[in-house]
Amino acid sequence: MISYIIRRLFILPVILFGVSLLIFSMIMMLGPYQRLSTYITDPAQLKGVDDVEQLIAKYGLDDPWYEQYGRWISGVAQGDFGWSESAGAPVTTAIANRFPATIELALLSLIPVIFGGIILGVISAVHHNKLIDHIIRIFAVIGWSFPSFVFGLLVLMIFYGVLGWLPPGRLSNWATEIVRSAEFANYTGMYILDGLLNFNFAVVLDAIRHMIAPVITISILWWAFILRITRSNMLETLKKDYIRTARAKGLADNIVVYKHAVRNALIPVVTVAGQMILGLAGGLVIVESIFNIRGLGQFMATSAQQLDYPGVLGGALYFGLLLILINLFVDVSYAVIDPRIRLE
Amino acid sequence: MEWQEVLKRLLQNKISLLGILIILFFIVVAVLAPWIAPPQDPDEPYLIPRGGWSIEPQPPSEEHIFGTTEGQYDIFYGIVWGTRTAFRIGLVVVGISSTLGIIIGTVAAYYGGLIDEIIMRITDVFMSIPFIIATIVLVTILGQGITNVMIALITFSWMSTARLMRSQVLSVKEDEFVQAALALGANDFRIIFRHIILNTIFPVVIQASMRMGSMVITASTLSFLGVGAPEGYADWGQMISFARNWILGVEGDPLHYWYTLVIPGIAITLFCLSWNLIGDAFRDILDPKLN
Repeated sequence: MISYIIRRLFILPVILFGVSLLIFSMIMMLGPYQRLSTYITDPAQLKGVDDVEQLIAKYGLDDPWYEQYGRWISGVAQGDFGWSESAGAPVTTAIANRFPATIELALLSLIPVIFGGIILGVISAVHHNKLIDHIIRIFAVIGWSFPSFVFGLLVLMIFYGVLGWLPPGRLSNWATEIVRSAEFANYTGMYILDGLLNFNFAVVLDAIRHMIAPVITISILWWAFILRITRSNMLETLKKDYIRTARAKGLADNIVVYKHAVRNALIPVVTVAGQMILGLAGGLVIVESIFNIRGLGQFMATSAQQLDYPGVLGGALYFGLLLILINLFVDVSYAVIDPRIRLE
Repeated sequence: MEWQEVLKRLLQNKISLLGILIILFFIVVAVLAPWIAPPQDPDEPYLIPRGGWSIEPQPPSEEHIFGTTEGQYDIFYGIVWGTRTAFRIGLVVVGISSTLGIIIGTVAAYYGGLIDEIIMRITDVFMSIPFIIATIVLVTILGQGITNVMIALITFSWMSTARLMRSQVLSVKEDEFVQAALALGANDFRIIFRHIILNTIFPVVIQASMRMGSMVITASTLSFLGVGAPEGYADWGQMISFARNWILGVEGDPLHYWYTLVIPGIAITLFCLSWNLIGDAFRDILDPKLN
């Protein structure tokens, strides 16, 4: 196991270097003038300069690419991604401000996505080829085919427009005032957690109410994904000899299914977690845009619309780095949990 | 399992038959588009004609049977020609990215060693940025337009085919027929094409059919976010982005503009559903765990 972890850690810098090269090669597709914006951290730097050529020379934007890469990566290493026009702030600041909202939404989604998907998959497998199996599978394939932006807008239309239950945004106006007031301490920027820490349960409830629609929109898609893997693994596990033995010795059906089969069927499910986390992160761009949640995803979308190159590139690089680290953590923890994964 | 057998089972299965019928319907719409919705300017058929200049969508009427969306773009026309856009994006992107993936995966597995290691690490790098985010970045840099959307989708979608192909090739590489061809002195090119690819291609084709839907969804997502098709281009994602400002309806009638969202929404969902129904049936037929 130690050698597996060491190998994973050894690959990490290679992947990080590769991702930085990938992002940098996209920067190099821009002309020197457009590239300039990724180097300027404050519009004040442009004041008093009337010759753009001079700036291009100053930042060495006509130098060979490897020299430019060296300068760029050392800036990035110091947290300098340039100035974001769409946020009106340095990219690093913009990302830091929007980070809590994204994390809050992502963490809240994980629980229903994983448990909902697993429960549906187990039910489907236990009732293989019965009516309920067919219903769940049709539900899954429809959920998988529904583009998130169509589903999200429908949710907004019905649950906000018609019923008025689930408003967009992160908080109602009255709650925003409380959160911004001096008495309310912002520990994490995640309103649900902060509300709990401030013992202000009205804010907590309001924040939860605003999160329901985005979480459902994300879940619908990923339930199908997890359900399918759980179901297929459950069907395979239920045919194993030890399940037959458990049944033969007279154990109750419930115990056989939930104690013997489910646990073993779930191990392969965790191996797709990395793929799911990547997909969830991508989905946040859509969901945050639709439900007007000021997070990283919405930042990516607005930067792209306004051709804010530093914002888009910085956001992608940040997303990439974060996900690589999360995936590393996930992989290593599986290796610790399940000896079979290490051997692959 | 032979492909004739698979095809037979696909047609016998009610669910996949439904998928095939929906796709056939879309193919008919796409082929007959110039007759169903004649373009005003035959040189620019993908530009949706406008019924006026006011912003507010108009409900279905005799002149515009599905109504008009924001900016008076005719919804019916957009749906019909959007079908062509969807097929074009799906076929081009899936075709090219699968071909790339097949070549890359085969080379990695066949030559092995350092080449394999390098190719697989490059694959990891391309996979570490979420697909939608990577395509958003590339389209932003290349500029709006359907061609650039397709380039971005291809750039970031060849990896799963490459991985699948690599594992396929690794499993047949040591088989006797390949070793026999090697011993007879066949060159690499002939071995790869005649003996390896032809024997491993089937799962890749299935994967490709399942990716048709998801590529079209991603392309429309880009249009929806405002970085894909240029304004007025017949594209389902853009039709839905037009609906965005109108989903809350008017005072007292929240569903007043339902047609701007629901009609394009049905088109794109049905299109993806049909590919996924076929893909699902494919998977069941071929999944050895379930037989």
